[in-house]
Amino acid sequence: MPVERTTTGRLTVRKTYKLFIGGAFPRSESGRTYVVQDTNVPLASRKDVRDAVVAARAAVPKWAGATAYNRGQILYRIAEMLEGRRAQFVDEVSAGGENASTVDAAIDRWVWYAGWADKIAQVYGGANPVAGPYFNLSSPEQTGVVGIVAPPDSALLGLVSVLAPAIVGGNTVVVLAAEERPLPAISLAEVLATSDLPGGVVNVLTGRVAETGPWLASHMDVNAIDLSGVDDPQLATELEAAAAENLKRVLRPAPGPVDWTAEPGIERMTALLETKTVWHPKGV
Amino acid sequence: MAAFTYAPAPESRSIVDIKPSYGLFIGGEFTEPADGTFFKSISPASEEVLAEVASAGSSDVDRAVAAARTAFDKVWGRMPGRDRAKYLYRIARIIQERSRELAVLESLDNGKPIRESRDVDLPLVAAHFFYYAGWADKLGYAGFGPDPRPIGVAGQIIPWNFPLLMLAWKIAPALACGNTVVLKPAETTPLTALVFAEICQQAELPPGVVNIVTGAGETGAAVVDHPDVDKIAFTGSTEVGRRIARAVAGTRKRVTLELGGKAANIVFDDAPIDQAVEGIVNGIFFNQGHVCCAGSRLLVQESVSEELLDSLKRRMTRLRVGDPLDKNTDIGAINSAEQLARIRTLSEIGEEEGAERWSPPCELPDRGFWFAPTIFTGVTQAHRIAREEIFGPVLSVLTFRTPAEAVEKANNTPYGLSAGVWTEKGSRILAIADKLRAGVVWANTFNRFDPSSPFGGYKESGYGREGGRHGLEAYLAG
Repeated sequence: MPVERTTTGRLTVRKTYKLFIGGAFPRSESGRTYVVQDTNVPLASRKDVRDAVVAARAAVPKWAGATAYNRGQILYRIAEMLEGRRAQFVDEVSAGGENASTVDAAIDRWVWYAGWADKIAQVYGGANPVAGPYFNLSSPEQTGVVGIVAPPDSALLGLVSVLAPAIVGGNTVVVLAAEERPLPAISLAEVLATSDLPGGVVNVLTGRVAETGPWLASHMDVNAIDLSGVDDPQLATELEAAAAENLKRVLRPAPGPVDWTAEPGIERMTALLETKTVWHPKGV
Repeated sequence: MAAFTYAPAPESRSIVDIKPSYGLFIGGEFTEPADGTFFKSISPASEEVLAEVASAGSSDVDRAVAAARTAFDKVWGRMPGRDRAKYLYRIARIIQERSRELAVLESLDNGKPIRESRDVDLPLVAAHFFYYAGWADKLGYAGFGPDPRPIGVAGQIIPWNFPLLMLAWKIAPALACGNTVVLKPAETTPLTALVFAEICQQAELPPGVVNIVTGAGETGAAVVDHPDVDKIAFTGSTEVGRRIARAVAGTRKRVTLELGGKAANIVFDDAPIDQAVEGIVNGIFFNQGHVCCAGSRLLVQESVSEELLDSLKRRMTRLRVGDPLDKNTDIGAINSAEQLARIRTLSEIGEEEGAERWSPPCELPDRGFWFAPTIFTGVTQAHRIAREEIFGPVLSVLTFRTPAEAVEKANNTPYGLSAGVWTEKGSRILAIADKLRAGVVWANTFNRFDPSSPFGGYKESGYGREGGRHGLEAYLAG
């Protein structure tokens, strides 16, 4: 709970923590909330998941169709906005028992991924020297809508570390925030909303992963699911099995603890990209 | 107009020496199956029994995985890449040397025309081994970290449409990266894989690096479920792919799936009609349409649809259906009675749902499994023949008016393996290719394959890529 009175005795204005769907901040359609750190947080429902997927799907053409340079600019803008609200995030992660340095790392992570936007295609794709008179080029592109279960142990840095690699390549996202530490996720949504990120590219739901996760994993209009934040092996297995129904790309939870401060590598990006290979004959 | 008459030009079978019976290839030796069960592999063109082949049970799969594990731990996983490369080069060379024999055997067991097995399958098989041989000692440059490691034992399950080529797509990259394999060929086309086992012996490949377990779906399931298999690579139907994805949930097994397709082949009004017709024919009638990336939905711009269809029908009357070993044959036998039944059923459904069916007059042999090249016009997106993979020489024709409508219809499928675009306008090709949700886009060509070119699907056509630098990723631990 934030400070209720400032040093001058002024009564502070509290913030209502809400979901983030399609660029707007609705409450859960279910009207339910749960309490985290003395704060009411929306308890997202199945229908909220579906609304979020609809918003994410609608956002794909514009976001994937943006130039890589433009996506990079927007990711960098997110870093700028986050830097500006650094103090607020330090308060929030500290209240959750995390080190304030994770906020700095989260800001830097956006900068790191911002630079990847117009480089990943050069590193991961390329021309193929086929044995014939053909132009042949492989390029990565978005897989589509990605469902993410955010890491429970790292409310901001962990979230940014799974979110940024998903959206940098043109995917849109429905993310289930850390169940017991959702406040930084909602505040991050406010940052995203003021960073020129088109509405619907990132949708944030708070609530119980065991309740909403299965709906997200089994949703037939979701292309991939990142289970990084699922700490219950039984639930992870169920979600992976549900994802098989439409052959979602699955990122499994790591077998052990993850050091979110380490340099990420490109695997999180490439796991959520498709490779398209285009052929054309050469001739006069 | 009468077609040219052709004298029969059969390729000789004498180059192939098929044994009456084949065991399982485990630990470098052919061995009997534990429970002594065998099944028969027949020629789909004549229904003649070619050989009997061992059916591997779960204890046989255990033995094969154990042999692969030992070979991985003791020999192959620690062998310098330079030496792995040399073994793969040897295999590639032997395949080239025995290529005529393998092509004939492939056509006998599979039913595909010798022209295709000789000119497409076998050259690509050898090229695939050459390509990945060269990677074996250069993996640190592939972009998957400075010191990429093999994963371990790969369980590989392949289909019957390109038996030896699919084997090459699976085994070559796996071995180049230092993995050992247990491969299950398709039940109806095991023979070239068993000759490949002999080639491994000829190449003096260390025992256990390649193990081949023949059998049906249960054998495949035993491979997938085996706890000591680290990686599954599957090519086949989307339905089985789903089952595999479910079966590996909660394990650490890595998976790549190359599944079904329902590719759109889009012809714009400015396309060169004659070339497009050749591309359409190659797209759907190549390999009897037993191709996951077949161009099975023709989307033709309304203004040229009549001209194009006339031309296509004229061309189809020239297709020669018959003896796979005849060098003049364009379309061979359907691979199995079961597949023929499926093609017939879906074609009947196409008629029942109101589409108009057309085939050129064509005499089919009395024995064996045959289906005349067929097109359906007046097809709508709701028709089952526009939605489901038929996996046979059956083309569904739909029309469109605008580029946006073409893209919409092309992407209106749960699959996303391949697509074709025919137009003279370069900027249109690139714009449409950008919008198509498919892993391979052929522009002004179709059904081209190359070992250096990644292949694989979007959506329910599976995940992972085979071929090229991308194809290494599935067999390397980060």
